[in-house]
Amino acid sequence: MNIAVAVDDVRREALPSASEAGPAPKRIVVAYGFWIFLLSDIVMFSALFAAYAVLVRATAGVPAGAQLFNQVSVAIETACLLVSTYTCGMMSLAVNARRRAATYFFAVVTFVLGAAFLYLEVREFADMIARGATPQRSAFLSAFFTLVGCHGLHVAAGLAWLAVMMAQVAVRGFRASVERRLLCFALFWHALDIVWVWLFTVVYLMGVRP
Amino acid sequence: MTDARYDRAPGDISISAEAKERTLSDVGIYTIGLALAVILTATSFWVANTSLLWAPGIPLGLVVLAIAQMGVHLVFFLHITTGPDNTNNVLALAFGVLIVTIVVAGSLWIMTNLNDNMMLPAELMNLHMQH
Repeated sequence: MNIAVAVDDVRREALPSASEAGPAPKRIVVAYGFWIFLLSDIVMFSALFAAYAVLVRATAGVPAGAQLFNQVSVAIETACLLVSTYTCGMMSLAVNARRRAATYFFAVVTFVLGAAFLYLEVREFADMIARGATPQRSAFLSAFFTLVGCHGLHVAAGLAWLAVMMAQVAVRGFRASVERRLLCFALFWHALDIVWVWLFTVVYLMGVRP
Repeated sequence: MTDARYDRAPGDISISAEAKERTLSDVGIYTIGLALAVILTATSFWVANTSLLWAPGIPLGLVVLAIAQMGVHLVFFLHITTGPDNTNNVLALAFGVLIVTIVVAGSLWIMTNLNDNMMLPAELMNLHMQH
């Protein structure tokens, strides 16, 4: 018992707290700052979610979610985004191991799955607009297009970011600044999937129930 | 050991000495996360479409499944842990969750109250609710 306590004390001395250890490496500071940005982005999404939840029954006589949403399409979109989050994680591991070919491969898979998600969403929007369910028809549709469209814009921005990062890996290689940006990109992509979990739950699955 | 003196960057998979003794590989962590997320997503879609469950309880069940899946994503994909090197990440996350909860629950609560307390005659109420 005493030995365990003694060992514990030694370890505590060997590891001073983060504030005593001096300034943190730039990788930690950058990722933490981006983490704060992501949380504020999610706070913005929460306002759009609140607006949607308040306005969900304000349909002004236009067909509501139950008639408009196609669950099969939503399920495929969900699968695309979930698998792309996984391949994005695989890309992070490839970056940590400095394996260039694996990084490119998983980046391409992530990009293709993200693009497939975006294509399905745009097709769904076009289909709804063709059936007269445009954003200006009702408060429900305004809230729906704002909320889901905002997430779609984030995915589009993420795809552009991923393409830029692959160009940077190709031109500059795995230098510290590129690795920091790749870490931030992975954070961004995983956070987008968390937002999508709430989107398909609140908008699509609760929306198709009468 | 010097790594453990600093906080861990959010999203960074652990590279400290203790992590080397893990039984699971890094790929294994992501794969378990994917498997759990697929199970939870499939359950959500099943719950929303089944007639076996008590209908009024289904929205609550869907919310619980979404919270569980959010936890899976945070732990297995974003590598948020309860370790001392993660305190700042967890505190920032907790503050974010607090604000999100206040914004969503507060908006719904206030708007429900407004609808209840400012009840118009039925035919006007219908018009009001539709716009």
